[in-house]
Amino acid sequence: MFRRMGYNIKQAFVQIKRNKAMTFTSVLAITAMMLILGVFFVATININLFAEVVKQDFDMVELYIEEDYSLDGIKKIGLEYESDEGVSKVEFRSKEDALEIMKSRWGDNGYLLDNLGGNPLPDSLIVYVKDAETAKIIASEALDVEGVEDVKYYQETVEKLTKTTNFIQMASLVIMLFLVLVSIVVVSNTIKLTVFARSKEIRIMKYIGATNWFVRGPFFIEGIIIGLIAALVSTGLVAIIYDNIMAIIGADIIRILSVPIVPIEYLAVNLAIIFVALGVGIGSCGSVISMRRFLDK
Amino acid sequence: MIRFENVTKRYGENVGLEEVTINIAKGDFIFLVGPSGAGKSTFIKLILREIKPEEGEIYLDDMCVTQISNREVPKLRRKAGIVFQDFRLLEKKTVYENVAFAMEIIHKTKKEIRRQVPQILSLVGISDKAYKYPEELSAGEQQRVAIARAIVNNPTVLIADEPTGNLDPTTAMEIMDLLNKINRRGTTVVMVTHAKNIVDVMNKRVIAIKDGRIVRDECGLYDLVCEESSDDDTDEEDLYV
Ligand SMILES: Nc1ncnc2c1ncn2[C@@H]1O[C@H](COP(=O)(O)OP(=O)(O)OP(=O)(O)O)[C@@H](O)[C@H]1O
Ligand SMILES: [Mg+2]
Repeated sequence: MFRRMGYNIKQAFVQIKRNKAMTFTSVLAITAMMLILGVFFVATININLFAEVVKQDFDMVELYIEEDYSLDGIKKIGLEYESDEGVSKVEFRSKEDALEIMKSRWGDNGYLLDNLGGNPLPDSLIVYVKDAETAKIIASEALDVEGVEDVKYYQETVEKLTKTTNFIQMASLVIMLFLVLVSIVVVSNTIKLTVFARSKEIRIMKYIGATNWFVRGPFFIEGIIIGLIAALVSTGLVAIIYDNIMAIIGADIIRILSVPIVPIEYLAVNLAIIFVALGVGIGSCGSVISMRRFLDK
Repeated sequence: MIRFENVTKRYGENVGLEEVTINIAKGDFIFLVGPSGAGKSTFIKLILREIKPEEGEIYLDDMCVTQISNREVPKLRRKAGIVFQDFRLLEKKTVYENVAFAMEIIHKTKKEIRRQVPQILSLVGISDKAYKYPEELSAGEQQRVAIARAIVNNPTVLIADEPTGNLDPTTAMEIMDLLNKINRRGTTVVMVTHAKNIVDVMNKRVIAIKDGRIVRDECGLYDLVCEESSDDDTDEEDLYV
């Protein structure tokens, strides 16, 4: 069929022109599928990224030190933890450092913290651990240590998060597969109409010795074109939607929450690649399926 | 060239062909005659692998039609030019394009197509209509185009299922002259017909089928071979031609 690419493409466009309404309908249907798919995709990516970032807190336990506890005392606690086999490193973070870190996280809004009138943050020890078990033990026993006021440890959150993300991933996968199947059915039905309209012609072609691929060629290309158009439209739409959602939430809030967000440029490129591959796949499968019965004999 | 060995084809309870054995030599011109429902079209469909027999083997040249895979069917059909009663031209293509299309299918170059198509159009006597569409042509002219398409790739056999069925007697005879001409160029011709006078005039080998069986196979006249059935279906056809 590739020897006759020019013929196939020309013929495909003729068919599309003859069947504008149906072509439009299937592009629309596939675009709708891809939109849902795209939203799932974007959400999944962001949730995954978020989970990854949160998981980094998993290997550390933050111990908040009582107000006015002596520096020597703090050092002692630190050394004690450092001797633990499961601990890789202990870091001291003064209340000033903590404020600095927070300010940098808040970025342009950091000035808000200047008006606090004093530093409400405590000194802290950050205990980096080698495994989750140690973190659990340290976290559960730390409150009994003299000088430790509070413990920040996200284990439960992280576990829940992992479970949730796994679930979301599985669910998205199932839904995406389903959507892809629906799309294939939609495309194959559109193309079936073109095939019906040209059944006489196809029969003649077969009589004079045309191979199945010769007959299929234009329909194959037609399917691919439908898929491609849908892919491009949906990439654009998803990008616009994503951009708008981010704008509504606002960059400031996102930064303050310190939630990482995948940049739109990166997403758009990947989405385009995925959608194009998917569109071509759906279109070609749809066309081949729609002609199966026709070319059997 | 075409060989049937003990071929039986049934459609459920209907008999298409029953234990047919026959040999058609290269360069032959044969008429396939018989009453309606005798199995003539079945015979042709079997050669083209449109249907498969329950029993027996069919050969076209060196190809065993009954054994080839579906993928090889196009190759088989390119060995045979086919002409139908209802022409079956592509309506959206001109005469020239219809004939050229048969060459495009087998990946002939543009140059070959440009050289070959006018030659064939002139052979079938339709050069002046090259850029007309099928619907602008008379039935006889359309059949000429169909014949041109069938022979443009130099098939070893030309198969025609009642090619004159839709034509008036004069035009029919013209088409027969054309088929004869093609046959003299070396192409085997197998033609199904009900037209007594055509068979009589041509004086070729006549194979008569009835109820799926070959009842006669000899050179000469329609009557000679079809006496048992000449009283029913064939009469009205005789009037027509
Ligand atoms: N697709 C089919 N299904 C069932 N029976 C069929 C089918 N095709 C043909 N037959 C039967 O097979 C027998 C032979 O049919 P065939 O078409 O070969 O006859 P024919 O000689 O070409 O007749 P005609 O001169 O009318 O064209 C007939 O009895 C017909 O009813
Ligand atoms: Mg018939």
